[in-house]
Formats: sequence, C-alpha cells, structure tokens
Amino acid sequence: MSTPRTEIRFLLNDRDVRLSAVGASDTLLDHLRLAQRLTGTKEGCAEGDCGACTVLVGRRTGDQLVYGSVNACIRLLASVDGCHVVTVEHLVGSDGALHPVQQALVEHHGSQCGFCTPGIVMSLYALWMSTLAPSVEDVEVALQGNLCRCTGYQPIIDAALAVTEHGSPANDVLVTQRGAVLERLKSLQDGARVEVSREGDMAILPSNVSDLAAVLTEYPGATIVAGATDVGLWITKFMRTISPAVFIGHLEELQQITITDHAVTIGSGVTYTQFEQVLASEFAHMDEFWSRIGGWQIRNMGTIGGNIANGSPIGDTPPALIALGATLTLTSRAGRRVLPLEDYFIAYGEQDLQPGEFVETVTIPRPAPGCLNAVYKISKRRDEDISAVCGAFSLTISDGIVEAARIAYGGMAATPKRASQVEAALVGKPWTEETVQRAMAAFAKDFTPLSDWRASAEYRALSARNLLRRFYLDHQGQPVRLVRTSAA
Amino acid sequence: MSAEAVIQGGVHTDERHDSAHKHVTGQAEYIDDMMEPVGTLHAYLGLAELAHGEITKLDLADVAQAPGVVGVLSAKDIPGHNDVSPTGRHDDPVFAHTHVEFHGQPVFAVIAETRDAARRAATLAKVEYAKQHHVTDVAEAMQVDYPHVTEPLKLERGDVGTAMAGAPHRIKATQRVGGQDHFYLEGHIAFAFPGEDDEVTVYSSTQHPSEVQHLVAHVLAIRSNDVTVNVRRMGGAFGGKESQPALFAAVAALAAKRFGRAVKLRPDRDDDMIATGKRHDFLNTYEVGFDEEGRILAVDGIYAARCGFSADLSGPVTDRALFHADNAYFYPHVRLRSRPMKTNTVSNTAFRGFGGPQGLVTAERMIEEIAYHLGKDPLEIRKANFYADEGRDVTPYHQTVQDNILHQLVSELEESAEYASRRQAILEHNAANPVIKKGLALTPVKFGISFTATWFNQAGALVHIYNDGSIHLNHGGTEMGQGLFTKVAQVVADCFQVDLDKIKITGTTTGKVPNTSATAASSGTDLNGMAAANAADQIKARLIDFAAEKYSIPEDQVVFEPNTVRIGNERKSFEEFIKEAYMARVHLSAAGFYKTPEIHWDREAGKGRPFYYFAYGAAVSEVSVDTLTGEYHVDRVDILHDVGRSLNPALDKGQIEGGFVQGMGWLTTEELWWDAEGRLRTHAPSTYKIPLASDRPPIFNVNLAEWSKNREATIRRSKAVGEPPLMLAVSVLEALSMAVASVADYKICPRLDAPATPECVLMAVERLRGGA
Repeated sequence: MSTPRTEIRFLLNDRDVRLSAVGASDTLLDHLRLAQRLTGTKEGCAEGDCGACTVLVGRRTGDQLVYGSVNACIRLLASVDGCHVVTVEHLVGSDGALHPVQQALVEHHGSQCGFCTPGIVMSLYALWMSTLAPSVEDVEVALQGNLCRCTGYQPIIDAALAVTEHGSPANDVLVTQRGAVLERLKSLQDGARVEVSREGDMAILPSNVSDLAAVLTEYPGATIVAGATDVGLWITKFMRTISPAVFIGHLEELQQITITDHAVTIGSGVTYTQFEQVLASEFAHMDEFWSRIGGWQIRNMGTIGGNIANGSPIGDTPPALIALGATLTLTSRAGRRVLPLEDYFIAYGEQDLQPGEFVETVTIPRPAPGCLNAVYKISKRRDEDISAVCGAFSLTISDGIVEAARIAYGGMAATPKRASQVEAALVGKPWTEETVQRAMAAFAKDFTPLSDWRASAEYRALSARNLLRRFYLDHQGQPVRLVRTSAA
Repeated sequence: MSAEAVIQGGVHTDERHDSAHKHVTGQAEYIDDMMEPVGTLHAYLGLAELAHGEITKLDLADVAQAPGVVGVLSAKDIPGHNDVSPTGRHDDPVFAHTHVEFHGQPVFAVIAETRDAARRAATLAKVEYAKQHHVTDVAEAMQVDYPHVTEPLKLERGDVGTAMAGAPHRIKATQRVGGQDHFYLEGHIAFAFPGEDDEVTVYSSTQHPSEVQHLVAHVLAIRSNDVTVNVRRMGGAFGGKESQPALFAAVAALAAKRFGRAVKLRPDRDDDMIATGKRHDFLNTYEVGFDEEGRILAVDGIYAARCGFSADLSGPVTDRALFHADNAYFYPHVRLRSRPMKTNTVSNTAFRGFGGPQGLVTAERMIEEIAYHLGKDPLEIRKANFYADEGRDVTPYHQTVQDNILHQLVSELEESAEYASRRQAILEHNAANPVIKKGLALTPVKFGISFTATWFNQAGALVHIYNDGSIHLNHGGTEMGQGLFTKVAQVVADCFQVDLDKIKITGTTTGKVPNTSATAASSGTDLNGMAAANAADQIKARLIDFAAEKYSIPEDQVVFEPNTVRIGNERKSFEEFIKEAYMARVHLSAAGFYKTPEIHWDREAGKGRPFYYFAYGAAVSEVSVDTLTGEYHVDRVDILHDVGRSLNPALDKGQIEGGFVQGMGWLTTEELWWDAEGRLRTHAPSTYKIPLASDRPPIFNVNLAEWSKNREATIRRSKAVGEPPLMLAVSVLEALSMAVASVADYKICPRLDAPATPECVLMAVERLRGGA
C-alpha cells in the first residue's frame, strides 16, 4: 500500500482548505463556526433534527458533481475530504445582490427571528437546484428537516414557489462555476488512503473496499462511519470517543445499485436519497414511507447499510426490508457470508457481526407480480420523526387463499422482528375479514411492546393490530388512507 | 412635492422585517456569532441527576483537574444571593446548594478554555444524594398535599351554589392540558465581559434585559448601575427568555468577574430543554350548569398547574388562566380557583398566552360538553353564550366587556369559511366512511391585553436626531422575531414624516432605557410604540417652538410633511431643518415614557379592570382522522383576526399564522414526558415534535378584520397580536374531537385531552366505541 495521505482536502465556498489536525469526532459545523468564522450556519440542536446548520456538500462522481443538503452539526469534518462545502455566505453575488432564493424569502416575509433562516435558505437552494418549478409537496419535502418556530411556514412555502420570479440559475455561482469546481475537486483526489488525527482522535478514509477490509483487520474495534446520522449523536450528545473511526461514505464501490431479474442489490453505502432512483420502479409501495424517513438532509447523508448495521429496534428500513425477504452480505478479509436480514438482529444491542466484518451489500428480492406489499409507519409527527410502530407486509394470495406471508415490525420488540404467529394465522387461510380478525389476535403472542415517550405499550399493541386491518381494507379498496389536501 | 406624497415605511404599511436581508444572508448577528475576545472562556453547567433529595457530597476535584479547565463554581462561590427568582421570593437558586428539587437542576458550573472542554469536564463531578420521594404529576401533588408555590387566586361573581343546584343540566369533569417547550431555535446564551471596578457587561438572549441586570447585581452583590445588559435580537423567545435567562447571565457574569476574562455560557439543546421552564401543564376540574338552550347558568372551576419546584412566574400565569377561563362567554354565576402546585420538575414559566390558553381551552371544553349533551352544533352553543349587552357583559373579575366584536367577526368567518355547508358535508362523509372520519370546529378567542401586574404597564424610549438629520431609535422592547423594532420605527417615521430608512434601529440596552418591563404580554408595540412616539413628540414640540419663534409664524404653520418641513409657505428638507435647529441649539434628543391608562386590579378582592382592552379572533379548522391508528391531518383552516388598525398587516399576519401553528403544536404533537425517575425524556427535537412545514394547514386562509379599530387610544388604534392567535388552534383540538365523536354518533363528548397525539386520539376512539 502506498503511503497514506495525512491531510484532508476540500473546497469551502471558493477556497481550498487543507487540514491535517482533524479528529474523527470533529464536526463540520464546529469547523465552520469556530475555525472559519462562517457564522451564518447556526447550531440549533446538534442532532440533525432542526436544520439550522444546513449546508450543501457536493461530491464528484466521474464527471458528475452532485450537491446535497446536509446537517453540518453531525456531518463529520473528515468525511468532506474531496468535497465542495457550500455555506450560506456563498450565495450572495459578488455585487452584493441577494440570491433569488434569498430575495423570495425577503419579499414574502419568510423570516421572523431569522435563526432558522440560513438553513431554510440552503434547503430551498438545494430544491431550486433540482427543480425550478416545485410543487407545494416538493417544498414540504425539501423542508422536512428544517424547523421554524415563528412563521408557521406559510410565507416560506410561498417564497419557495416564487423563486423563479426573482432570478434565474444563469447567474448562480454553482452553475457558472461548475466546470471549474469539478476540475478543482478532481485535483484534490489522489486515490490514497487518508489518515488524520488530532490529539489521538484518529480518522481513516480507506482508499477502496479491499483497503476497508484491511483497515478493519488492523483495527477490529474501529467505528465504521457512513452517513454519521447516528454516530454524529454519539459525539454531540454523548461525547463518546469513536476513534479509530473508519469513514466509508466516499467509497463509490459501496454506492452501487444493481438490478437483476430477481433482485435489487445495493451497496451498504447507498443513501436513502440514492435509493430513491429504484423506488418508483421496483418498490412503489414504499414511496410514501420512504419520504418519511428523517428529513431531506438525513436522507442525503444516511445509508441503508448504516440503518441496518447499527441494530436499532426502531430503524425504519429493517422491517420494510425483512418483509421483502432481504439478505445481507457481510464481508471481511476472510471472505463473505450471506444471511437473512432478520437473523442479523440477535438481541437489543447485539448483532451477528464479527470483528473485522462490515455490511457490504443488501439484496432485496423484487416483489413478485401479484404480491401484496405495504409499509406503514406510525409516529407522533408525520414527517421527520422516529417510528412508534412500523409495520411491513408482504403477502402472496392465490385464489383467495394466503399462500405466503412475511410480516415484520419495528418498535414492537428489542429488535426489528417478524410477526411469525400472525403470519401463521394467515397462511393457508382465505383472505377474509374473519381471517384478519383471527390473525389480529395473534399479535399478542408475537410482541410485548414497551411504553416510552413515543408511545405506550397499549397504543403500540393496538395500532400494530390495526395496521393489519388497514392493510386488508386497503386491499379491498376501502378508503383507509389519509389524503393530504392540496391547496386550491 | 405632490399632495399624495407619502413616506416610505410609515404606519399601516406592509414594511418588511428590518433584519430580513441579514436573516437570509446569515449576517444577522446572534450572541454566539459575536467575535470572541482573545482569552474568552466558556462555562458549562453541571446538572443534578436526581429529582428530589439532599446533596450529601459534592466532589468537583475531577472536574477542576480536567484538561482545559480554569475553575469551578458552586453555591458557595456566590458573593451575593444564590437566587434568581423574578418575583423576589428567594426560591430560585442559581446552584442547588443542599437540596435538589428537580432532575436537571444546575448544581455547579465549570469554566474552561473551550466549550467542549467545559462540557466534557462537567460530566466528571461526583455528587452523592440522599434520595427523597419526588412528585412530578399535578394530580399526585394535590393528593399528597404538596404545597402551592405561590398564593392561589379566587374569582367569584354571583351565587354559584344556588345557580348550579337549580340548573336543568349539570356536567362535571376534568381536562388535562399539556405543557409546551418553547423550542426557540436559538437556545439560551449569555456572554459576559468584565469591566472596571464592579462593572460587568452581559450580552444575554433575553426578553427582559432589566430583570437580567437586576438579578445579575443581586447574585454578584453589586448594584444595578454596575451591570449593563445588551441584546440586539433573539432567535425566538416566546416567553422562554423572560425569567429564564437570568441564571445563565448570572453564571457568565460571576465567572467573568472571578477570572477576569470574557465568559460565554451556551447550554446544549438537551440541557436547555431539561434545565429551563416551559408552559405549565394544567389539570382543570370544571362543573357547568346550563339550560335546555345550552345557555350557561353557572361555572365552578379549579385550575391546577404543574408549577415545578419554585414560583417563578406561576402566580401571574395561573392568575391569567382564571382571567381567560371565560374566554368569550358570559357566566352568570361563577367561581374560579387556581392551584399553583409545587412539583419536582423544572420551574415552569411564561409561554405565549401566559396561562390564558390553559384556561381558555377548558371554556371551550365546557361548550363541547353542553353541545354533545344536548345534541347541538357546538357553534350554536358558543353564540348563545357570547358576551352581549348590559346584563351579560361582566367578566368573572368584574370588568365590563365594552369592546366585544365577536358577533360580527364570527358571523363573517362563518360565512367566508362556509361553515354550515361544510359541516353538513362532513356529517355525510362520516356516515359513509367507517375508517377515515372528519371534523370541523369554529372557536373564538377573546384575550385581555395588559400585564395584570399593573406597574409593568410602563415603557421608555430614547430618540436622538443627529445634526445630519439621521435618527437613532432605542426603546426598552426587545426583538425576538416579532417585528417590534420595525413597527416602532414605523411609528417614529410617521411622527417625523421621514422615510423609514432614515431611522437607525438599535439594540436594547439597559444603559439607554432603564427599568423596562419584559417584552411580553403581547404589549411590546403598545407600550414601546407609545413611548417612542412620546419621545418623538417632545422633540417635535421643541422643533415647532423653534421654527414658530424664528420665523414668527403660528405653531400650526409648522408642519412635518413627507421628508420635508413646511414653515408657513416655505418648505425645507428634513435634514436642512434639523441642521438649522442644531445651529440654534435646540435639544434634539428625548427620553419618552408611557404608562397604560385606566387599568387597576385588586387581587385580594378579585375585582378591577386588569385589561385595557381585548383582542379578538376566530378560526375554523377541518381535520381528517384515521380511526385505526389515531393519525390525523389538518386539512383546512380559516382565520379572521382582530388587530385593530394594523401598524403592519404583513407582520401581523405573520404573528397570526405563526401563533396558530405554534398553538396547534401545543395541542397536538408536542408532548412532555417524564419517566418514573422524574426525568424529562422529551428534551430534543428528536423526541419533542414541533410542527413541520407539512403539518401546517394546506389550505390556510388568514384575514385581518380590517374594519376593526381599537376603541382605546392605543398607538395608531392598533391592537396587540403576539399571543391571541395561539389560541385559535383550539379549533384544531375541537375538530379532532368531533371526528372522534362521530364513532359514537356525536352523543358522547370525547373529552379529548391535550396534546391530542395520535395515541390520545386513538384511545379516545376506543373509549367512545366502548360506549364510555
């Protein structure tokens, strides 16, 4: 192996930054505010839930340069190696003119206290880069990760819909300088492993997947960091040490999506946002559910592999993927092994992952034609909330008889778990109200949920049962879904 | 100059927020954005990990020896009073000394070279406790005879006992009303700079700089004239930065004086939410007697609040709950009692509405009870009980309601929102749909404007005109996003008839305007607008005297016209005129003052006129509920709200929309949850859910009652707008309630408590399906 590089390099607005004293736990936000004095980016919560710290991170993939909004508070500094970081300070034109997004917010009285505003500007900027004619729903999705406590959001929505009245992308700095930025990013990348540290707090960015396996052999206890949407909180909230930390968010090999006749295989580094490209065509039943995972920033950062690997009982994707019959490929220097996703979760805080191993891919069978699938998430707040209960269903019905059933729940046990008693009560039975009623009674045998601040045990048990009923009624064509009214 | 010329940015115009440009560019400076002097230190608080008990050992040796630590401070290091009580009750220690009274109470502070070092060091304390029984719930507090934190209030009029006994119908029940975290986006922060002698300057994110000043002096054993408190803007406050900032300011100031360096204190969001007070949750018990028509005959209510471990502002908060226990309705015979209960939780504090919402929501519950009992539309019951003419116009506190406009306002809204036809359509929808049920409700708001502590209804301002004609404006009000600075500047622009951009808006500082009241009780513009106008008028009077004398013309021939001054037949630019006045040695600076007239309040007797006037509004909300899971959507909201003659309709509309959505959060998804150990477990946005963009009503028609004009001589006949719109959201709660009621054919009042989380809604559905 060639000598590791001992500095990270990135582009910050229009400046090159090279840093060697970088700790694994250093956040991008602290770097921006404390070291760079770019104080337009605010800290509201330090856990990726309020969006006041939203910045854009652009990453080069071949000749593509893709920008995404992220939460700088939990985005770790080491992970922006090779990227273009764009803060609110970059938007104002050299003549001092406001960016169209900013001008629209001013005209529509879109700020009151102003503290959330730079983050909202950045989220709407990201939206404007993806579409010039957003729908109200597009705007709501773009703002899922941004809290505003003052305005009630209406003027912000109005502003977002009117951005094009205040200017065109022709003068936008990320449009006019795209080629130049690509070249500059290209020149920063050398394909080397990166090792940086500060006071013993070490971050390693392996050069590729085989190097990752090598690093994990060398440091079997290392913390693997993908999107840092969970690990970030270990740092900002629990002040835990994650060193040595192995960053994998930059590894393109882990971001591949392969579609075969029978399955979709995704690299563990595929973000929620990247997965959206196969949602509509392969997993349309998860479309609405998917947009309720985190906020936009979190979906740009977080990975499906990370959501699985950290073993949380309330992760959103495991129940959905277990119901579909997904398998994991676990890799280490010793080789690969494949196991059904549900077998990965052994107990609370315990997963089937050996030292030196990492989740390399997730393989999700493509739903067979005629198979009934649904995923339902119940949370206190519709968007950007953690599930109280998440139920996923995959049923094969033939001639009115339930031939096969895979049902998995999150939030109901110490791990994401299949409802095997419920499945048993359905399989081989006619797909009728009566069967459903009987199967609903079987939930008590599968789950003994807990009470906490998200929901009581009673509510979890009751709503979990009722989700099966919703699934049935939905299939019967009864109106059981809340439909969001759209503005006249 | 044409006759139609008007100044830019005068009163009654949609002027944008003065800092809008700086907000969107990130250039608006908040305290954490300020340049830090070399040597700045950072303080962090160590919080108690027990809900109630004696501190038997406080060992801070490891904290003091941690990397980067400069020193530690605890109760014994306080030179003055270990107390930041805003009401002088000496029950609010800066640091718990011998006794811990809630989980998360500050016990010590650590001062270090970096915030990170201070925060890490704070975890190293070794504190031992002798645990005592803790009480977090208000019902338990009453059961075990926990004390009141402050004197309860009783309001009484008529003969409740007789009237209740004779009522054809009587209903008695309870309602739980949840608390609310402010969730200002900018958390608490204080940044203190030591000065000469005893002086200290504190930048504090506070709505109440004068109180912070006085309490810093109190803690440091110095005088108020040694302390200067500054705040240019806050990143939201909502009442959470009225009394709560004093502790942070006092610790930062104490550390700054002790170590001779600038000291900043900014808690992490979780610690901010754990260690600072919130909206009081209430347990209200009501009995209402009424006739066949649904007319209320008597009301007997007890309003018990979870106050937390100390009084803080619980006295006036629980008082205001009683003042709004009638909302818009006449109670012929009434008795209302407050019970400000002590609990082992953080001391609750001001929050937009200040107890009013928690009283008002029970008035609306009683209306529902009557409506479901009699099988009528709740709106019909509301209208039958509105304050009306003589004989039906006196409140439980014996103030006569003279300015009631609800009859007109509600009937206009009813029509524009098509209440009747939509209600009919919803009844039909519900009959045809077993799972998705809809609800519709129209609820009114009548909110009393003035601090009920009469002496707070005063304000000061300071206006300078420099000899180039530019104007410097300062007043005691603080800017937290509500646009106060813009509105007051509009008033001054109107006084002098100059464009708004000639006026420099400056940050609030105790050094310019002393003894100010909190920017609270919706009173910011009413008070400071009048004080600023008074200052401007003083200068104008001197200028008119000067011109009349110099040009030997009557005073009424000196007229301030848009950006010019007309003296007889001659016109001069404002700048030219000011230069002339300066050369003639006219005093171009004035301190303005205002005190609200006509108000008085006798708390002992429960009688008086605590409010100068009332602000009104009403809202119609429509919701859809999934009766399998309790999940719901707010589909449409129509609001008609009264701000008198608006100084700035755009900013007022912003307050109405924002207040409504905040109120909706309070009543729906914002849930405070304590565990068995007395720990608050919803203390960050990951666990405490305020509304998002997708929660706002997708159809949101918000209008001002443009015909309304304040009958009292307020600033340009406008009305206060900060708090009243929050309570419009009660219409969402009642619409949810109607959807729930549909599962039992509207025969049972669902008694949906707040917050009506999906869980709370589903459990109510189950209850009603079970026939209870």
